[in-house]
Amino acid sequence: MQISEAWLREYVNPPVSTAELVSQLTMAGLEVDSVAAAVTVFSGVVIGEVLTVQQHPDADRLRVCTVNVGANEPLQIVCGASNVRPGLKVPAALVGAELPGDFKIKQSKLRGVESLGMLCSEKELGLATEASGLMELPAEAPIGMDIREYLSLNDAIIEIDLTPNRADCLSVEGIAREVALLNAMAWESTVIRDTGVSHEEVVAITVKEKTVCPRYLGRLIKNVNTKVKTPAWMQERLRRSGIRNLSAVVDVTNYVLIELGQPLHAFDADKLDGGITVRKAKDGEPLALLNGQTVTLDPKALVIADDNKALALAGIMGGNDSAVGESTQTIFLECAFFAPRAIAGEARRFGLHTDSSHRFERGVDPTLQQRAIERATQLIVEIAGGNAGPINEVKHDTDLPQRPDIFLRRQRIDKMLGVSLPDEEVQDIFRRLGMAVQNHTEGWVITPPGFRFDISIEADLIEELARVHGYNRIPNNSLLMRAELSKATETVMDIDRLKDLLVDRGYQEAITYSFVDEQTQQAVAPEDRIIKITNPISSDLSVMRSTLWCGLLKAALYNLNRQQKRIRFFETGLRFLTVDGRTWQQKMLSGLILGTLFPEQWGEKNRKTDFFDLKADVQALFSLAGTSVQYAPAVHSALHPGQTAQILSQTGEKIGLLGMLHPTLEKQLGFETQVYLFELDQDLLLDKTISKFKPLSKYPSVTRDLALIVKEYVSAADIIACIKSSGEEIIQEIVLFDLYRGKGIEEDCKSIAVSITMQNFTQTLTDSEIDATFSKILHTLTNTIGARLRD
Amino acid sequence: MAANLDVILAQALQAIAEAHDQIQLDLVRVHYLGKKGLFTLQMKELGALDPDQRRAAGQIINQAKDQFQEHLQSKKDRLDSIELERRLAGERIDVTLPGRGQSGGGLHPVTTTLRRISKIFSSAGFSIVEGPEIEDDYHNFGALNIPEYHPARAMHDTFYFDAHTVLRTHTSPVQIRVMESGQPPLKVIAPGRVYRCDSDITHTPMFHQVEGFLVDTEVSFADLKGVVYQFLQAFFEKDIQVRFRPSYFPFTEPSAEVDIECVMCNGEGCRVCSQTGWLEVMGCGMIHPEVFKAVNIDCESYSGFAFGMGVERLAMLRYGINDLRLFFENDLKFLQQFN
Repeated sequence: MQISEAWLREYVNPPVSTAELVSQLTMAGLEVDSVAAAVTVFSGVVIGEVLTVQQHPDADRLRVCTVNVGANEPLQIVCGASNVRPGLKVPAALVGAELPGDFKIKQSKLRGVESLGMLCSEKELGLATEASGLMELPAEAPIGMDIREYLSLNDAIIEIDLTPNRADCLSVEGIAREVALLNAMAWESTVIRDTGVSHEEVVAITVKEKTVCPRYLGRLIKNVNTKVKTPAWMQERLRRSGIRNLSAVVDVTNYVLIELGQPLHAFDADKLDGGITVRKAKDGEPLALLNGQTVTLDPKALVIADDNKALALAGIMGGNDSAVGESTQTIFLECAFFAPRAIAGEARRFGLHTDSSHRFERGVDPTLQQRAIERATQLIVEIAGGNAGPINEVKHDTDLPQRPDIFLRRQRIDKMLGVSLPDEEVQDIFRRLGMAVQNHTEGWVITPPGFRFDISIEADLIEELARVHGYNRIPNNSLLMRAELSKATETVMDIDRLKDLLVDRGYQEAITYSFVDEQTQQAVAPEDRIIKITNPISSDLSVMRSTLWCGLLKAALYNLNRQQKRIRFFETGLRFLTVDGRTWQQKMLSGLILGTLFPEQWGEKNRKTDFFDLKADVQALFSLAGTSVQYAPAVHSALHPGQTAQILSQTGEKIGLLGMLHPTLEKQLGFETQVYLFELDQDLLLDKTISKFKPLSKYPSVTRDLALIVKEYVSAADIIACIKSSGEEIIQEIVLFDLYRGKGIEEDCKSIAVSITMQNFTQTLTDSEIDATFSKILHTLTNTIGARLRD
Repeated sequence: MAANLDVILAQALQAIAEAHDQIQLDLVRVHYLGKKGLFTLQMKELGALDPDQRRAAGQIINQAKDQFQEHLQSKKDRLDSIELERRLAGERIDVTLPGRGQSGGGLHPVTTTLRRISKIFSSAGFSIVEGPEIEDDYHNFGALNIPEYHPARAMHDTFYFDAHTVLRTHTSPVQIRVMESGQPPLKVIAPGRVYRCDSDITHTPMFHQVEGFLVDTEVSFADLKGVVYQFLQAFFEKDIQVRFRPSYFPFTEPSAEVDIECVMCNGEGCRVCSQTGWLEVMGCGMIHPEVFKAVNIDCESYSGFAFGMGVERLAMLRYGINDLRLFFENDLKFLQQFN
């Protein structure tokens, strides 16, 4: 809502500065967004009357005028405008005047003729962007008066960001009412003169949808001169309210909308076939709107129609065919109350948002229509002439919104606000708010005025009390409350601890968008059933990620393109996909590394990071969670088929994946280096087993090494599982410490060395026991996986 | 014999003096004190003397031995100290060379901010709850007193999957989910990602919010004011000016916007605060009776407050970040500034 301060102050003029007024509004919940000067600053321009006009002796286009500016002698001013004529009153910039654009007026000679000033157009004064000649002022404009004073240009435009509940403030009168309340002052609403009725003709009005249109007023105004120019004062007020000038009749309806908050619409009565009907639209009924858009209606839409066709979208926008134009002579003026529910959502449904729909969907005072139609009639007849007919009103009182009587309990005020207000203050606030107050033993019965759609329950009243009393006068209490001790859960790891671990291991946390471009998503996880956004903000943010890798890969590329060579990223967040027709939102922890293992440094040979560096980080996460997991070869479309591991829990649940980005994808996405990725299901990862104490052995442990030769396809996990499965209880730990291929080993074989630590709980191990265990292990290894001892 | 001993001692001391390192010195020790050492042999020869002479001669030999050992020890100490000096000199390094190993990483500033917020509220017994990001419109709107055609829905710029499924536009649905499943007293903080269909210099289509709420038998607007005030003092770690302005949210009543004194200009007025000296940091209010009705909590017996804040906004003010979009570009040069 944009409002002129000067206009506002005509209603109520508290003795406070603009800054203070703005602060009052903001602190009352009418947040002021900005304050701007209404007109670019200029000076030295007064009202002048052109006395004589003579042709310039040496220039066809120039005229030499004498102008009365209220001084002793008239001034000689040379002027080039075609509309200059004797008797015209115009703004005259005197010598020394400063006009917008840093333009100073000096005494000068134009083609040899002296000129002591300049006659101005609206454009030259910064009042309009275009002008075809001098600004013509009314004949009664007082000669010599400063034009800024005459046109009230020393004004501020106050832009208020109104919350949707305060529909009552969508007008100058509404804001004046609020300013009066805040300053405890009286205010006067606009005095409306009854224009009187000069003919008896009416248009029949039929309201078929009385629940959503419980009040509809209309009147015919004949012999209107629609070609007349809107008066400057009204144009200027509309401009300062952010409303474009159109034509006199439309300007008047807009003016009343801003002044009183009531939307009105004028139809060209000669274009109507028969009477007016307020009805639901027919399915497929077309309507060409004023903005040039043609909409196809359906029976949900409420329209104003004549006997044959829809004329307007009720409360939203008029139609083109019945619009008031230059040839219009008779207008049908409409002023109605539409229920917010009927309009809310309708404008948006057709992609429209108008000053009218904005007010109706928030709530217009249902008692305002009579005043508003009189006000509009008065202004139309004053400006454009015409003969007003009687007002035809169709009203269904039972469907008009009723303001309820609300019971406000005294003790609830204290309970909700934490401060007790004296009865006198409570009553005073409600009276100033225009509410009817009845005393009751436990409090009050309050009836809000018609314009307060937002007040319907006790809590609404308490809010109003707090608002007018002042939020900042309510104390800041220290919280006293019941409290229970919280659990210190040990069975679930804190994700923060795992994030800290990754940070300590050189990872940087990334936060990427949860939506990604469909192409990357398809490339990375083509088998996932993805979820698409119906109204994405752009095509590259159009589907929900089914893996955090999409965002991490993009973030990595972003940094590679900015001369980064070594990247270690992790991210936590949800992945989204459809599984068996249901939406899955799964918390994940994912990571990406590329480049060298260590940052560039001296004295150590650096190397490219690889699968096992990433695996060490993943293992560290599980080790922290105390979860033992298995790593098994796996396949994923985004990953290298020979460097992908699936992580399985003891019970076989899939916790996650790690591996190298598939070379095809690496190339497709534009990486020039290997990329390693992991993704883990947070819930399974964080599932922690509470540690259980095992007694320590008092006897010494023995460690022996075993160098084996196995076929290439035998995995390390196979060997370790095989050793464990030999069933020897004295085996405490198996460490794989060497892997060798090459000289001395057959082509399709490899050598793996493990060290096995053994310990007994009841006695010191003897050499013969150890030997027996070893031969048993070897036996199992040979029989199960074909391993043999390396010589 | 005494004369012989004098010669041995003189030679022994000479040998000590000539030893250049611990190995040579040890050879000298063995030569004189070992099993077949010259002093040892002297002692063995004592056995041939008669007892009177034996004692006197023994004493003389012991004195010589003591003298030898004293020299030996002092030479040993001297050699030790020379060796240590040499080692220390040899092992001198340039301690200004950088250390080696893995680099340190860091948390995203949004996470750091979220952790601080959570910590402040956890200390007062608030628990942390998360909720789904793909929400149904009932939890995101309906239960929060935002019916289908309410103008407030238009303010939310919602992403839709279908007519009734949305990306949550705020963290307030968590409030509904917690109240649906639990009974007061409730003290909860709900941090997380939220989404709005809006993207320009001051809006990103995804950002983070923290919702907080408290429901109990005696909770008032003054309590809400106290909690918000204390939180802001704790978060900015200074005695900061706070003001509450009436506002409107369908799910609270009374509702307030909270402004703090501009942290960039200390309230003087600058570009960041549009010359007002104030910065809007959060919205809050008393939970609306309609919301309590939706979750079957009796609003006569219980009252509660709720508040919500934008995490990026707080992070920007705290760290002086001037562009919201930096949070999601994940430029290492940006992220590493907060390590």
